[in-house]
This record gives sequence, structure tokens and C-alpha cells, in this order.
Amino acid sequence: MATVPISPDSSPGVVLELLYSLRVKDAMTKSVVTASPSADLRSVQILMRDHAITGIPITEEGRLLGIVSIGDIIGALDSGTMDRQASTVMTNSVVSLDEEMPLSFAVTYFDRYKYGRFPVIDTTGRLAGIITASDILRRLLIALNEEIGRMEQRIAGRQAASEGPVPAMELSFGTTPLDFSRAGNISTRFKKALVERSCPPLVARKAAIASYELELNQVIHSTGGIMRMRIFDDTIEITAQDEGPGIPDVDRAMQEGYSTANEWVRSLGFGAGMGLPNVKRVADGFSISSEMGKGTSVKAVITWGKN
Amino acid sequence: MHIKDLPGIVEAVIVQGVYEDGEIGGGYASDLLSDVMAHAKAKDVLITIQAHRNSIAVAGLVGASAIVICNGRSVPEDMIEAARDEGIALMRTDLNQYEVSGRLWKALRG
Repeated sequence: MATVPISPDSSPGVVLELLYSLRVKDAMTKSVVTASPSADLRSVQILMRDHAITGIPITEEGRLLGIVSIGDIIGALDSGTMDRQASTVMTNSVVSLDEEMPLSFAVTYFDRYKYGRFPVIDTTGRLAGIITASDILRRLLIALNEEIGRMEQRIAGRQAASEGPVPAMELSFGTTPLDFSRAGNISTRFKKALVERSCPPLVARKAAIASYELELNQVIHSTGGIMRMRIFDDTIEITAQDEGPGIPDVDRAMQEGYSTANEWVRSLGFGAGMGLPNVKRVADGFSISSEMGKGTSVKAVITWGKN
Repeated sequence: MHIKDLPGIVEAVIVQGVYEDGEIGGGYASDLLSDVMAHAKAKDVLITIQAHRNSIAVAGLVGASAIVICNGRSVPEDMIEAARDEGIALMRTDLNQYEVSGRLWKALRG
């Protein structure tokens, strides 16, 4: 069966970043041809033929019950059982993907299970789409095109010696409010990118602390935002920009021990009121601006050379 | 003293044992993750009751080499997975943070 000829372990950095930043929902086909469990195999076969597809999810009120593959149809043609209902021959224990998973998961699944397609389930457990190896390759090709476009612009910018330094590398990822299962992942990726670039351990540690605190602030307090790291020749710049709600009193937020986090968040060990002060302490340059209803933007700069 | 010696000293059972054994530098006992971020050092043992995967992220970022979960708190599966991914030794003990800290201090400095 089709696999994705890209390794989620040992591809070039740009490809890895795309595999981890793109989600399954970004690549999947959203309009899924489905059949009901009571549909007979003949009508399922007609659906396959008319849509030129080789697998049909069987659903009931949006919930995925199973999948009928072209192999099942061939089996039924062989044994003359095309009048049977889809529910009697479908594969029940279907391996599915979660739409929020990084695309790297999908690549791993194709390698591991050797299926031609995986149904994709949304956060409420309903069928949201279907993904094939060619969906992944198409999405990656689009993303790589965009990335190469940016790299060309960067090179052109460097040649034109335009104003402002051009970062040697730029990474950015979005945060999800109150998603503590993934909180810290962005900072971990930032740190790994720095270590791969032979960043001195103390500098990488400072960048990791600044990034982690800002990332957790977005997860705990904001309605979602973007974490960005830019690596320049002599500095690392970490910026956190969110879309709200904004900090009413920035001076108080900068005081050690001041926190507006709720009890639940505190019980997880967060909300000690040390986040922003920690960032400021490790950063060689620090700025914050916040507007109620608009959002908060924080920038921390760490110098490569300083110890 | 190495990470592999730690379970015997703090009466802990290993819940995630895929890690590269190395010298223990010191320890840091705290349940506030920002505090750990600010003060724990590389090669420290993190002594805490925060048994969830965010502790792994923090330990990984500061370069802590092992985590001791105190008071016999149960360790969820996703925390064990995260620890395995990061190569951080994860163990659980019925002792509290004070007792674990005391024994580690004695073993390292006593």
C-alpha cells in the first residue's frame, strides 16, 4: 500500500518542522463520501466507481462505525454476496487519526499499518474527513513551495542588503488555550533547534526558560496566540503574540508572586506569578505591550555571546 | 552518585527506566513549575508531587536528569510516555519531598 516516502525522524529540518506544525486537518479531504450501515454492497461499489475511490467509511449520524474497502467488494463479488449490507462486511476496528494530531503522526501511521487511507475524527468523535498518502504529499508540496518561496526572498533580501538583519532561522507555532497536554512542546522544539545549531547550553537554557514561560502564559491566560523564535547571528529573539484578552495592569503582572490564574491551574503547579519576572530575568532585552481586547505582545532577546 | 543508585536511596520504584545513566549534580524540590524553571540546574533530580506531563517538559527544558514523584502519587500513562520520549528517568516513592531531599543531600554531600 501507499506509504509516504518521508521520514518523520531524519528529514531536513524544514520538512520536520512542517510535519510537526501542520495538523492532520490541514491535509485531509473534508468532503467524505460515506454510506450507511444498511446500504448494500452494490450501492457501495457504485459510490466507489463514481467517485474513483477505494474505501468508503460507514457512518451513522456522523459517527464512524467501520470502513468498506475495495478488497471487501472484490470478496463479495467473488462469493456472490453483493446484496449484503455494508455493516456485515465492513472492518469494525478502524484505525483512525485525530484531526488535531501533527501530520508526522499520519506519516507514521501509513508506515505502521500499511492502509491506503485513514478516517479522521474530530474532537467530538465524529468523522471529520479522510486522509490518504497523496493528501499528505500534496499538502507538504504546497507548504514546501511556500517555504522555498520564503527562503528565496530571504536570500534576495540578504543580497540586496535590505534594512534590518535577516534571521538565519525562524520558527513559529500557535498555542491552544488551556491545552496542558501540549503545553511546553513549542519551547521544547525551540530548544532542540538551538541545540542542533550548537547553541551554548547556558544560552539555550535561557531561551528555553523565556519561551516556556511565555508559552504557558498564552496557554493559561490568552485566547490563543503565536510563539515565534528568530535566530540571528548574535541574538535569539523570542516573541509571544496573542489575540487577547490583554493584561489590565502590566506593572502588576511584572511583579513576582502576582497571578490571576485560577485554582485548577495552580493545582497543576502553574500560576505562581513568576512567569514574566522569570522571562525578564533571563533575557538580555525585554519588552511588553498589552491592550485590553486586543492582546499582548512580549519580546525577549537573548545574546549568544553572554554567559 | 548515579541516577541508577537513586531508587535505592529514596525507596523509589522506577516507572520509566529508559534513560542514559549519568552523575547526579544535585536536587531541586518544588511543586511550582516556574520555580523549577527558574532555579533547577542541569543534572539535578526534580523532587515533586506534580505527577503530570508538564513536569517532564520543564525537566527536559532545564536539563534535569531524573524526576522523583513523592507521596506515592500515581503517575499517568502520558507522563510516562513523555518521559520516555525525553529520556528522563521517572520514579515514584511513598516518601515525601522533605524525606527524599534529606536522603539525597546525605548521599551527595553527607
